[in-house]
Amino acid sequence: MKVVVDLNRCQAYAQCLYAAPGHFALHGKEALVYDPSPDEAARGEIERAVHACPVRAITAYSDDTTAGEAA
Amino acid sequence: MTTAPERIVVVGASLAGLTAAQHLRARGYAGALTLVGDEPHRPYDRPPLSKQVLRGLFSADTTLPHPPDLGVEFRLGQPATRLDLSERAVELGDGSRLPYDRLLIATGTRARPWPDPEEAALAGVFTLRGRDDAQRLGARLQARPDRVVLVGGGFIGFEVASTCRDLDIPVTLLVRDAVPLAAALGPRLGGLIGDVAREKGVDLRLESEIERMEARDGHLVAVTLKDGTRIESDCLVAAIGTLRNVEWLAGSGLEADAGGLRCDAFCRALHEDGGVAEGVFAAGDVARWPNPHDDDALVAVEHWGNARAQGETAAANMLAGDASAMRRHDHLPDFWSQQFGLTIKLVGLAEGADSFAVMHGSLEERCLLAAYGRDGRTIAAASIDSARWLPAYKAAIRERAPFPPIADAVDQPRLRVQEP
Repeated sequence: MKVVVDLNRCQAYAQCLYAAPGHFALHGKEALVYDPSPDEAARGEIERAVHACPVRAITAYSDDTTAGEAA
Repeated sequence: MTTAPERIVVVGASLAGLTAAQHLRARGYAGALTLVGDEPHRPYDRPPLSKQVLRGLFSADTTLPHPPDLGVEFRLGQPATRLDLSERAVELGDGSRLPYDRLLIATGTRARPWPDPEEAALAGVFTLRGRDDAQRLGARLQARPDRVVLVGGGFIGFEVASTCRDLDIPVTLLVRDAVPLAAALGPRLGGLIGDVAREKGVDLRLESEIERMEARDGHLVAVTLKDGTRIESDCLVAAIGTLRNVEWLAGSGLEADAGGLRCDAFCRALHEDGGVAEGVFAAGDVARWPNPHDDDALVAVEHWGNARAQGETAAANMLAGDASAMRRHDHLPDFWSQQFGLTIKLVGLAEGADSFAVMHGSLEERCLLAAYGRDGRTIAAASIDSARWLPAYKAAIRERAPFPPIADAVDQPRLRVQEP
């Protein structure tokens, strides 16, 4: 999966830490660090984190496996 | 220009470009959509690069998520080299031409290279902007250099210094100015961050610049400062700002220079004569736009939040038909930085502030909300580990509320207005 957090929005309510403890962490009072590329097996936890965030700062989607690239 | 577009090209496989693509689709655009990027990577997120990626926490893959049905053709590893406005086509490095009905220019910036090319080419001299830069520098830091010399008193310099200290690597941070981060935060908060850095073991040297580098067999071994001090180091990071990627627009007729690509309030790119370039839009770090929160002073905002907001506005306006249906880009600049365990956030632009007041908390606690004023109006607010207070001040800044805002709250009886 791919995850991004809008850290302008994030207010360190830390609900994602409880929902997906292996993938989100706080360093200090407010500095959120997170796994931008968790394994697909973590989908349930990551989705819980997305929904638990009171400021809706987390976006997550499955990896893009479509062949749309012409490089 | 009222015909609906069928071919949209986005130049810049970036946060702004990807955001625009998502909003084009979300608004029902079903035509061809091509995203051009000069790097081989899909659009990725940059803020983690100077922090967790360098530190080796979690994955280094910061590819941005997007809905699975985005329907974008990526043309990656190919820089756009020329824009032909009359033919409405973009030329790529491999000679191919991409015709467009609407074009979004989101080519962003690159790291300003170290000014001496011979020194810049030395092994051990790094810049940090992209994923590949972060991978190279991260690998070097994992191999534990004896000392890292950081050049530049901006947020990237401080964030990398913080990461080095997290890794217990000795670090010297050279700042040209007398106070670090003063342009963005003012001397009071900039000075506070400098104090924190020193406490965390950073050898912070103000008003310091490099005179020359010393090399052995093509490897950096030491630097000499302008005051004659010699510092042994085999790893230097030049975090000395950015350059806008506008060179490919030379000769196109668009008004683009080192200050960015000029656009109007609706993100429409402008010709050198000031007229609107039909069907051409700009978003993100490269765009220079009239900021309604600063009397339409032209500004280019190199922040994550602006890239997202402007990508969204540009997408809406690309599909709007004519100007009467377009919306202004009225984003209030905002950003965050994480360093030394602190989270610093800013809304508005504090540069040019003439007054400053701590609204909650205190400098001593290093947990505070401060407001910035100019000519009696509130123009910006910064938080250190107090982000939950910020949204309230965002409204005051948008309204240009008298400074200090919220002057009679019961929890702040002794508000003191100072110089920033």
